[in-house]
Amino acid sequence: MNQGFGLGVDQIHKRFGDIHAVAGVSFGVFPGEVLALLGPSGCGKSTALALIAGLERPDRGEISWDGRSLRDVPPHERGFGLMFQDYALFPHMNVFDNIAYGLRMGRWPTDRLGERVDEMLELVSLPGFGHRDVNTLSGGEQQRVALARSLGPEPRLLMLDEPLGSLDRNLRERLVSDLRRILKSMHQTAIYVTHDQDEAFAMADRVAVMNAGRLEQLDTPQVIYSHPASTFVARFMGMTNLLEGIARTDPGGSVVETAVGEFPVEGQFQGKVILLLRPDAVRPDGVGSLRLPGSLLSCSFRGSTCQATIEVRGVPLKFDLLSSSALPPPGELLTLGFEPGEALQVFTN
Amino acid sequence: MKLRYAFLLWLAPLAFLGIFYFYPLGNILAVSLGRLREGEALALLRSLLSPTIQRVVSFTFGQATLSTLLTLLLGLPGAYLIARCEFRGKALFQALSGIPFVLPTLVVAAAFNALLGPRGWVNLALMDWLSLRQPPIQFLNTFTAIIVAHVFYNLTIVLRIVGDFWSHLDPRLAQASQVLGASRLQTLLRVTLPLLLPAIAAAALLVFIFDFTSFGVILVLGGPRFATLEVEIYYQAISLFNLPMAATLALLQLFCTLAMTAIYTRLAAGLSRPLGLRPRRFTQRRLATWSIRLSATLLLGLIFVFLVTPLAALAVRSFIRVDGSAGDATLVWTLDYYRELSINRRGSLFFAPPSTAIAVSLGYAAATVVLALGLGLLASWALARHESALLSRLLDPLLMLPLGTSAVTLGLGFIVALDQPPLDLRASPLLVPLAHTLVAFPFVVRSLIPSLRSIRPRLRQAASVLGASPRQVMRTIDLPLVGRALLVAATFAFTISIGEFGATALIARPEYPTIPIAIYRYLGLPGALNYGQAMALSTILMGVASGGMLAIERFRIAEVGEF
Repeated sequence: MNQGFGLGVDQIHKRFGDIHAVAGVSFGVFPGEVLALLGPSGCGKSTALALIAGLERPDRGEISWDGRSLRDVPPHERGFGLMFQDYALFPHMNVFDNIAYGLRMGRWPTDRLGERVDEMLELVSLPGFGHRDVNTLSGGEQQRVALARSLGPEPRLLMLDEPLGSLDRNLRERLVSDLRRILKSMHQTAIYVTHDQDEAFAMADRVAVMNAGRLEQLDTPQVIYSHPASTFVARFMGMTNLLEGIARTDPGGSVVETAVGEFPVEGQFQGKVILLLRPDAVRPDGVGSLRLPGSLLSCSFRGSTCQATIEVRGVPLKFDLLSSSALPPPGELLTLGFEPGEALQVFTN
Repeated sequence: MKLRYAFLLWLAPLAFLGIFYFYPLGNILAVSLGRLREGEALALLRSLLSPTIQRVVSFTFGQATLSTLLTLLLGLPGAYLIARCEFRGKALFQALSGIPFVLPTLVVAAAFNALLGPRGWVNLALMDWLSLRQPPIQFLNTFTAIIVAHVFYNLTIVLRIVGDFWSHLDPRLAQASQVLGASRLQTLLRVTLPLLLPAIAAAALLVFIFDFTSFGVILVLGGPRFATLEVEIYYQAISLFNLPMAATLALLQLFCTLAMTAIYTRLAAGLSRPLGLRPRRFTQRRLATWSIRLSATLLLGLIFVFLVTPLAALAVRSFIRVDGSAGDATLVWTLDYYRELSINRRGSLFFAPPSTAIAVSLGYAAATVVLALGLGLLASWALARHESALLSRLLDPLLMLPLGTSAVTLGLGFIVALDQPPLDLRASPLLVPLAHTLVAFPFVVRSLIPSLRSIRPRLRQAASVLGASPRQVMRTIDLPLVGRALLVAATFAFTISIGEFGATALIARPEYPTIPIAIYRYLGLPGALNYGQAMALSTILMGVASGGMLAIERFRIAEVGEF
């Protein structure tokens, strides 16, 4: 991976008893980049953070910064920041002392200390909160104090472990954009751990999707969304129309035979495959070079789009359709139209 | 409405303290001070300022402070190991560490005597090896002996109270500190220790009060040169028969205890914070590196040797007869002492075989556990929930009073006050467990409160929003969350009852002696055979106590035990 600058994670493994929490993960984070670790709970992303922070030791593999190994560097000498899932604010200190803690440890001169804490409080929009008792803060305020605390000592790398997990949706959306603005304005190198793909896409320059201790895909949000590398990634992106099929080569490409019908696809495939029918690349008015007849089962309204469940040859499929498109009432027939290049993707795994 | 509810919680513990503590105590104090003639009261007060009493008071405070500090110094690292590390034989280690606490002072004195006394194993070995005429180590009747015995006795209090609290402390707080650039030492000083302070303060208070009111250790190991207030009370009452002076000193001792508890209560209210307590399995880890494993092994070894050597010396002594005199003594293995236990050679009227003493002790201990846990849970729950209420601030120090009262005074009070209608309990088998419950009560309360206070209020609120009545909240939230602390409290109650001697000696019925009483009887008789039998019975007591503690450790009240 990137052996030169920033963080390098090379083939790390960690077992807890029978559980292989992290099973050979490699990636890099460039200076100034925000990388999201995305995956369902229990996929090993928090363990990966603990390994990078030095709170756990990898069984195998190497973690490095600017090409230098961190194997024998204890957590407090790594110069990294970690924002914990439920913040871990020190209950016996007020807001000021919590934020000043890392600065005191880093021996910041006393005259700069108060200034820096105020600066941090300003940054997270909590000016004048210094004297407050952390046990009386709301969830959102605690989250921002935790962020200020981890940003204060100017860490080389900031790790955020599901920092918005326990907050309500509105607050979350606002904080995601605040957080990205703050991190980007400080040119902060960061790893953002989450199980929420919207959060990951909104926060990160690149996204690493993890599953069962392994890395499934590492790329920009756009590529991950348009070309998921595995059925796991596709399913995690909410793409559920995965059809088992048999592929055979055909002049100019391949043909996949599924329970729904035969589909021409680009590229050479042979034998058992899984075919993805993207939910967002289908029109309900039958316009397109391929067509599928189906009947509308249900339609749930999501704002600008609606999620329609459409039965095609006995198989229920889910599609995201524009709310403005004209739909028949549930139970009626309709024809789906799409372009195979946009709407179809073949997985051989 | 709320106040009335709190009052209901207080009712049972207060009634108990009133009838079985304040009534007998007031009775004995009134009887003692009632003997004062006109004009003597002033002279009595003046004698409190005499150099003798001043020396006693400063010695009492000095030795208690030093003993407490040393106990913490050795106990805190041990508590860390118990709380945070997984290692083989941990349950056994914990059980072993509790044994000294249950031993009567006489047995501890005998154990140190068997190890370091003029004819103890160490001196015997050194004399043999270096061909000496005189024992080279002077241990008995020294200040060192007092301090060592106090640390030996009380180490388990620190290990248990602090260890239990520490094992539930969220490890992420320390991790957060480390990630923010604090070294292990800085993290310990700035985060871990401040958060542990409520538990440390609770343990230190108990240890201090125990050392402060120390009696048997001073008398037997310290010798006539040393006197604490409690010893002075005993001298004044039994030797000089100066009951008014004894009562005044007992009041002074009580006042000191009350003052310390009041200071502690003030501090504790400011120290405890709502902490997210974590189940043990999240907080414990294996010893990671060789250096940590080595220092852990060294520390455990040190504690182990310190706690086990005197006990082993005692146990071995119960199987060995020493023939001949110093210099050419021969050691003979023998089971005679145990065999003789069941033989009533002197045709004593109050003879009881060891099986009876064991059954009596276990029965009293079981009753004490039930009584002390029931009352203690009510009181500590009321204290923890209505922390700031006036009632709580007034009553908290009151609950600690029995600790600061000499067992001898209490025993006398029981005899004087509870032998006539309306409360004639002389013949009741409940009398002894009641006295034991009084002594155990402060321990139960102090073990439970740190855990209870640290339960996030939100959890209780969540439960009541989900439809739980206050009683259901207690059963489904508080009780399971303090499960570990409850086990600790049960262990305390059990061990205190098994080992209590001072009060039991005065109130137990002679035909139903507890094990310590039976040991005391043998120690009071001359000759090597009786001494050996006392050692044998002490060894049996050790076995019963550790067996009981192991059983409580394993005992799980429907999920309560694990977390």
